[in-house]
Amino acid sequence: MEPLHEKKLKHLEEVANRVREGIVDMLFEAGSGHSAGPLGMADIFTAMYFHVLNHDPKKPNWPERDRLVLSNGHICPVQYVAMAYAGYFPIDELSTLRKLNTRLQGHPHRGALPGIETTSGPLGSGLSQAIGMALASKLDKKKNRIYCMLSDGEHEEGNHWEAVMFAGKNKLSNLTAVIDRNNIQIDGDTESVMPLESLRDKYESFRWNVIDVDGHNIERFVDAVFEAKAIYERPTVIIAHTIPGKGVSFMEKDYKWHGKPPNKEEAREALSELRTLGRRIKSEHE
Amino acid sequence: MINPKAKLNPKLFDEDVEKFPIRNGFGEGILIAGETDSNVVVLCADLTESTRSDGFAKKFPERFFELGVAEQNMATVAAGLGVSGKIPYITSYATFSPGRNWEQIRTTIAYNDSNVKVAGHHAGISVGPDGATHQAVEDIATMRVMANMKVFVPCDSIEARKVTVASAKIWGPVYLRYAREGTPVVTTNESKFIPGKAEIFWESKKPQVVIIACGTLVHSALLAAKKLEKEKIGVIVVNNHTIKPLDEKTILDVVKKTGAVVTAEEHQVIGGLGGAISELLAKNMPTPQEFVGLQGVFGESGKPEELMEKYGMGVRDIISAVHKVIKRK
Repeated sequence: MEPLHEKKLKHLEEVANRVREGIVDMLFEAGSGHSAGPLGMADIFTAMYFHVLNHDPKKPNWPERDRLVLSNGHICPVQYVAMAYAGYFPIDELSTLRKLNTRLQGHPHRGALPGIETTSGPLGSGLSQAIGMALASKLDKKKNRIYCMLSDGEHEEGNHWEAVMFAGKNKLSNLTAVIDRNNIQIDGDTESVMPLESLRDKYESFRWNVIDVDGHNIERFVDAVFEAKAIYERPTVIIAHTIPGKGVSFMEKDYKWHGKPPNKEEAREALSELRTLGRRIKSEHE
Repeated sequence: MINPKAKLNPKLFDEDVEKFPIRNGFGEGILIAGETDSNVVVLCADLTESTRSDGFAKKFPERFFELGVAEQNMATVAAGLGVSGKIPYITSYATFSPGRNWEQIRTTIAYNDSNVKVAGHHAGISVGPDGATHQAVEDIATMRVMANMKVFVPCDSIEARKVTVASAKIWGPVYLRYAREGTPVVTTNESKFIPGKAEIFWESKKPQVVIIACGTLVHSALLAAKKLEKEKIGVIVVNNHTIKPLDEKTILDVVKKTGAVVTAEEHQVIGGLGGAISELLAKNMPTPQEFVGLQGVFGESGKPEELMEKYGMGVRDIISAVHKVIKRK
């Protein structure tokens, strides 16, 4: 991973905006799926697929590749769009999301689409699988890194804390977890459904290195990833504070958008807002 | 009479037949598998000695992972190892793994097609004094129903060693079921073991019934066959160590010969070996069948042999099932 220059940063921000457009498009087309989480993680997935990961979209099974494990599979639209734009599969295929015979399953399936490292959907099991990959890399003396993308809500699963404990014990410094800390889950705000704070204290007590970042500041996120690479003897967790539905004002910070797609009118409104960068420029589409 | 081609233990009907825990075969087999393939790794959840993983842990410490009492994590860490070129064996009591972590096995191992072997120990009610919480009697059903999963139930410690070694070379998710108690040694090193191939252990001249058994009940089925011979009732005894994929050809052949079936397993009569056989027969050759196994109840504490008698899985029960099914022909 090279340092992030200003020009590259600007490019990534533009890509992230296009990723958001792609998410709105595909969710409208699918007629079901999750909106808020994917939009909130667009900046981070863009940073991962276009800057952080050491990977080759044309060789998805390259053994030395970095692994990106998506634990909260329901935000896969953001991963699918980022992967398509990165060259894993044709962009046209995004419109097949959740339809019969698609490779883009409603929750991602490893066997269906090259580049998907593991099947996910049921929550709380992704970090363990990333740990398995990190152990395998250590046994094989590989230099690659394992990234695990997590939701905050899935921290209510027992399986997840079993994994946190185990990674700390085994000092898995080739593992970086990223939490989408958007404070929402299906039934409401995480802190009212089941309080998770202090996440930092919890991870630190399990012998993890903890970094808090603004999840929409790509530069700061990339810095955190660099820092994680420099920490030995501990796995790192990046707590990325994000705004659910980011970029579409009527979806932002509203848990009701966790698990539903936009209808035709909402999609048009959302795309218009994204294409005008929040009404700062005039859209050529209007 | 005993099928000579099966090369069974000549002492198997003796009072002093040697008995070894079936799980010992796992301990021996996993060492051989580990020596043969450096990708074999073992994961344990605080039961290293009683699952007989200690030998492997000692010999290959870098390939042994202690996860503590955390079966869900064990299954999912193994799933990650299994998609990264490793051949992980996850070991615990079958009530916990594949009991507690069933969904993790379903999603991250079976559906994910990860190369993980699930070793379920202390299966069946012959676990004994620990009681019903520790007696896995549903695991064949819950593993058999999963797509991509293969299911093996060895009948003694020798066969357990062979199936453990063989499983490392079978690509994909596999469930291996081991019993705790000393079990009479039925087979020998020379007995054939082919995954997916049921073996005829006993065949009378004029068989009227086929007894299809797996695990600890294979020996009991042979004892039953010997007693039935004195009553002039001829039977065939099949050791059906591979529950999935089922050896349909061998089973349909012997059922055709006899026209009546008794299945015998240390498991609920719903969904296990008996279920698998009846599904096959319903589709191909509807045949009267009696089911020896746990009849829809939980076990309890007690000595293994006491429990097997009380819960209807003794030699006597197999014999009465044979009588019953003959009347239904």
